[in-house]
Amino acid sequence: MQNDIITIYVALENGDRVSVEAPTNMGLSVMEVLKANEFEIPALCGGMAICATCHVEVLQSPPLPEPSDDEAYMLESLPHATENSRLSCQLRVNPELDGLVVRIMPEA
Amino acid sequence: MNDITTDICIVGAGPVGLFAVFEAGLLKMRCHVVDALPAVGGQLTEIYPKKPIYDIPGFPEVLAGDLVKNLQKQIAPFHPTFTLGERVENLDKQEDGSFIVSTVAGTRIACKVVVIAGGLGSFEPRKPAIEHLEKFEGKGVHYMVLDPEKFRDKRVVLAGGGDSALDWTIYLAGLCSDLTLVHRGTSFRGAPESAAKVLSMAEEGQIKLILKSNVAEVHGNGKLDSVTVMVDNDTPFQLEVDYFIPLFGLVPKLGPIDNWGLELDKNAIVVDTKDYSTNVPGVYAIGDINTYPGKLKLILCGFHEAALMAQSAYNIVYPDKKFVLKYTTVNGIQEL
Repeated sequence: MQNDIITIYVALENGDRVSVEAPTNMGLSVMEVLKANEFEIPALCGGMAICATCHVEVLQSPPLPEPSDDEAYMLESLPHATENSRLSCQLRVNPELDGLVVRIMPEA
Repeated sequence: MNDITTDICIVGAGPVGLFAVFEAGLLKMRCHVVDALPAVGGQLTEIYPKKPIYDIPGFPEVLAGDLVKNLQKQIAPFHPTFTLGERVENLDKQEDGSFIVSTVAGTRIACKVVVIAGGLGSFEPRKPAIEHLEKFEGKGVHYMVLDPEKFRDKRVVLAGGGDSALDWTIYLAGLCSDLTLVHRGTSFRGAPESAAKVLSMAEEGQIKLILKSNVAEVHGNGKLDSVTVMVDNDTPFQLEVDYFIPLFGLVPKLGPIDNWGLELDKNAIVVDTKDYSTNVPGVYAIGDINTYPGKLKLILCGFHEAALMAQSAYNIVYPDKKFVLKYTTVNGIQEL
């Protein structure tokens, strides 16, 4: 059972990092894990990559899958996205994501 | 000015707003529906009409657009009226407890009950984080192109890399005296033919295209006169302009609902789950725009909320009548 849990870290404004446990066997997205842990992340569209209110910057990670066209299109249209921006609703929690560090970007 | 009188004014023509018409209609209450979008269906019509939905009872799979069509058919016997393409701006409570709902275009709807079914809220332009940008809004900074003629023979900078930025670049190139498109990336993911057209226009010198860049500052004295473009995050240069138009898509905002005296929690309207009433008597909120313990943002939950809202609203619209639950299997649908 323990192997089904990975750890994701959220970097705060003050430099601290908060660790969050994320189950890999529930089909969750990183956005859903962040919301479940009561981080301020509006995620208004519920995970369809259409509102970008779950925008995160990936500070440290294992290799991530390439963004889908929908995600890439949305990221490209965000005025303050960085090269490491991702929509957390599009990042599926799986064992390879263990150790991911993200910063929640200000709402667009 | 367009004055309308009805029993219930429903703000939002998404699936939950439409189904509220049905539930109200069963109880012989007339509805007028207002939406900022030009068509009914809300997100389902605007954003994902071709996507299948799997959790509507009785429909193992239904396309979002088809669900909207079915809802329109379902509410037709109740002859709802619509004001589309106008954003609701004000909600004014009258002395007798009724309301006047008014839109930005001046339409006024007199009603006894207001039902907010606004989903994610109204979609507003996403603004880049540029210091003092708001000081120039309407004074050289615009977030959409409403009247292209305004930009004829002017120096214009567009920013963005999506379809809207590409489309307006192509359109305005023939109008503006000087047109520059600033894009953060190195490629465009908008419609390939639009992207190709913009690139060829840049090669032919019809427009200026500045890639890997952002507009970082805006300058002027009362009116915009220049912008600072930051290339590759570290090389700034100044461009003299008449207009700066950032086109970064839309983001859902609560909008004017924020000013209606409703109790809010994290951009959602707090409701009583007994009947989905808000803290303002006579105003209800149903669907994705409300919040309560255990809230699930599902269309089917919004449908349930619409049914309970209608029963409660009945007591306001018909204060002298007693509500009696009737099944449609018994009485069928009686047209209004």
